[in-house]
Amino acid sequence: MHAIVLLKQILDWELPPSRFRIDPQTHRPPDNLGPTLLGPFEQNALEFALQLRDAGIVDTLTALLAGPAESVDALRKALALRCDEAVHVEVGPAESTDPSQTAELLLAAIRRLEPAELVLAGRQAGDWDHGQVGYLIAERLKWPAVGLVWRAEHSDGRLLVWRSGSAGVEQFAVRPPAVLTVTSHPSLRLRMGSVMDRMAANKRPITRWTLDDLELSSEQLAAARRVELTRVWVPEVERDCELIEGEDPAEIAAALLGRLEELKLLTRPG
Amino acid sequence: MIVAATWDAPGLGPASRELLGAAVRLGAALGEQVAVASLGPQGSGAAEESGGYGVAQAFVVEGDCAASGSEGSIAVLAELARELGARAVLLAADDRSAEIAPRLAERLGGTAVMHATAIEVHDERPVWTRPVYGGKALATISAASEPVVATLRRGAFAAAEVTGGAAAVSTRTAPPTDGAVELVGSEVPVAGASLEDATVIVSGGSGVGNVEGFAELEELARLLGGAVGASLAAVDAGWAQPDRQVGLTGKVVSPDVYFAIGISGASQHLAGIAGAKAVIAVNTDPDAPIFGRARLGVLMDCRLFLPALIEALRRRASPR
Repeated sequence: MHAIVLLKQILDWELPPSRFRIDPQTHRPPDNLGPTLLGPFEQNALEFALQLRDAGIVDTLTALLAGPAESVDALRKALALRCDEAVHVEVGPAESTDPSQTAELLLAAIRRLEPAELVLAGRQAGDWDHGQVGYLIAERLKWPAVGLVWRAEHSDGRLLVWRSGSAGVEQFAVRPPAVLTVTSHPSLRLRMGSVMDRMAANKRPITRWTLDDLELSSEQLAAARRVELTRVWVPEVERDCELIEGEDPAEIAAALLGRLEELKLLTRPG
Repeated sequence: MIVAATWDAPGLGPASRELLGAAVRLGAALGEQVAVASLGPQGSGAAEESGGYGVAQAFVVEGDCAASGSEGSIAVLAELARELGARAVLLAADDRSAEIAPRLAERLGGTAVMHATAIEVHDERPVWTRPVYGGKALATISAASEPVVATLRRGAFAAAEVTGGAAAVSTRTAPPTDGAVELVGSEVPVAGASLEDATVIVSGGSGVGNVEGFAELEELARLLGGAVGASLAAVDAGWAQPDRQVGLTGKVVSPDVYFAIGISGASQHLAGIAGAKAVIAVNTDPDAPIFGRARLGVLMDCRLFLPALIEALRRRASPR
């Protein structure tokens, strides 16, 4: 089975909130704010895809990304982890804020690639946090979708997938072709890969497609937009942590409980 | 029409009352009535009850929507939204609506807005606020096409007030699906208070040190009448089940009091507690970001502090 895993490279999500800023003109963080990395949920999706290949469910794995030039690092990483092919649709940073537009771009690339039976996406991109692209692609392909999956097995021509939610752990049987979105799970921490494979990946080609290659006009792309951003800002957070001090743990514990009562955060027993 | 979809049974739970509160206020601002679609098993109780909150019409959806994953729910909501000429369909933000909202919006030719925390109306158009960048920033957006299918974050909207009245209740049957997705098994979650509904949460992170430390957190939570949560690091370490994880990728919680024990406060964790009213942090590192979010802090190894806090609570419960 040919699987396509959708990747995105985003601003380092562990950048401390105190250093985080938004440029009011562009509605985005300034370009020099910090390094960009393969997003955390795309890492989960990539690891999930690699596990499906290890299990023999997937035989060919393509990594697909739409994003600015520096995003090529994420594709290099995918190649270093032995993805068979890497495809980069180069667009500017302004073209990655609208989930419908991103879905349209990726869909055009998916249609141009060798037919796939599985499209895998992270549960959401860690920058805009929409969590829509995988599902929009499923709808436009008229494929079924199951979200927030963390494990899959083969079963009589169908995929047996596990997802966790408020209802507990659910298992679904899905008939491919299908879209799965992959959630974060302890079993989906992205593997390291070998130094040899990393070196080899630097020599492997990355397919680059422009809008022309995808036969998409900028008008078509603009028409796919659904979200109008009016304002993006960093909220003021009240920072007034009061430290509870004392001679020993018992004294501090008693002082903390007293303070919680004063603030009416804890009711007196009885 | 504004449509609110609920899965509660047999009555309306706290998440649904918040959802109805948002729906009724949005309806009033836009001059639209509110309809409820009740999709869970035994949904008639929730449908009947909704009339008391100012809902005009309620639909009880019969048939097992969950058997086809989200497909059954999407199909029946699409049908209702079209028929009622819905301008917005509102759902409580959770794992289920994460899958339903984008697909429903696409099927209706509309726009999905995920994890909204506020709604305002300008020039007769709703404007939605939602967190972005893992909660480090907020964005206001408006939709280029209606209807909007929005998921609303727990704890962000005031619950509906009882107005009295009754909704016109009718029943619907979920349309058949193509069987491409079939529910074949489920395990009921491990018993434990629901994190989303808890007013007190005691969460542990890597500083708790081991699985025995989590047993102490259980005791602390019991004494406080709260639920136990965990950071991603603690779940990754195997000290807590994944369904206990609080954060952007786990549960988004809004308790009155949140104890962060041995949690440094990575952005992804802070995103999950944005709605907590008061955070109490226990950590050894004075520079840990959690202290930037906390109301009260204790600068100490939580392995030393936990036994003392448990002892103090026990003494308080039964003073000698």
